[in-house]
Amino acid sequence: MKFAILVNEGPYQHQAADSAYQFAKAALEKGHEIFRIFFYHDGVNNATRLTIPPQDDRNVVERWTKLAQDHNLDLVVCIAAAQRRGLLDANEAKRNGKTADNIADGFRISGLGQLIEAGIQADRLVVFGD
Amino acid sequence: MLLHTVNKSPFERNALESCLRLSQAGHAILLFEDGVYAALQGTRWTAAMTDALQTRKIYVMTSDLEARGMRTENVIAGIQPVDYSGFVDLVADHKATQAWL
Amino acid sequence: MEGVIKKFLYLNRKAPYGTIYALESLEVVLIGAAFDQDISLAFIDDGVYELKKDQKTTVNDGAGIKDFSKTYRALSGYDVEKLYVDKDSMEQRGLTEADLLVPVQVLDSAQMAELMGQQDVILSF
Repeated sequence: MKFAILVNEGPYQHQAADSAYQFAKAALEKGHEIFRIFFYHDGVNNATRLTIPPQDDRNVVERWTKLAQDHNLDLVVCIAAAQRRGLLDANEAKRNGKTADNIADGFRISGLGQLIEAGIQADRLVVFGD
Repeated sequence: MLLHTVNKSPFERNALESCLRLSQAGHAILLFEDGVYAALQGTRWTAAMTDALQTRKIYVMTSDLEARGMRTENVIAGIQPVDYSGFVDLVADHKATQAWL
Repeated sequence: MEGVIKKFLYLNRKAPYGTIYALESLEVVLIGAAFDQDISLAFIDDGVYELKKDQKTTVNDGAGIKDFSKTYRALSGYDVEKLYVDKDSMEQRGLTEADLLVPVQVLDSAQMAELMGQQDVILSF
């Protein structure tokens, strides 16, 4: 089956990002396909390159980057939610006159249409939030 | 048939209450994250959950139960423990998944 | 996947302003409208407050947050017309249809459960 996943909360603050990751990993292990993982609301903060979590705890952002790399996943961050929260790629930073960008590897910024498209194209859509 | 997910404690939010009221017979409910507290024996939610088991299939995420200091022995009889592989199967087996946040 | 029409339900259960979910979910609805799917919005629990009339706040006055409530009235212009509110949630909050800023269909619990059971994609915020 093709799954789409919506992540509504940022790393650490809520368990949503962890649960979404566990779900994605389990789905892939069972041989399913993940069409897209879409990050909305504070979920965009899962894509920050600047995270420095404690050494003895999980690195939520890196985990996503690695999962994306290992399985060629499409991790999409909503542009509107990202702009509000200051999550930028190099393009966005340049376009809006900001001095830096902070998006982590494996994520791309795009529009809400990507979420709707995921709902249409995938067989199942699961939401993780608060 | 829908799969309903409840991830917040029934003592904190009305997500479980609304889920029970607005789900239909034959639907499945998965309790995970803080939602696992609804699966326990001996709370003010136990009667409602026991009742719901008559018409709903109810599941609880083992890893979240154990993280919070409970074990499957503490779960209401009839609520089935699952892992993430089970969660994936539940989503696959139901037409749509409704998250009660 | 040309021509696929799925039943999309937007599930709104949170009050406006206290959190961003009401506003950002509406933003999804507006973008989603362009995809010609079969769209319904359900307002349950505190979600019914999102539709309350007379919301008064501006960026520079009152709560200091932009009032986005008139966007609900613009939805019909996007062919998003199926707005359902939960009767039980309204009654618990002492609200009637007259308190709301758009025409809605009030559903009782059985009807709301039936509506939700028919959906293909359910977006919760």
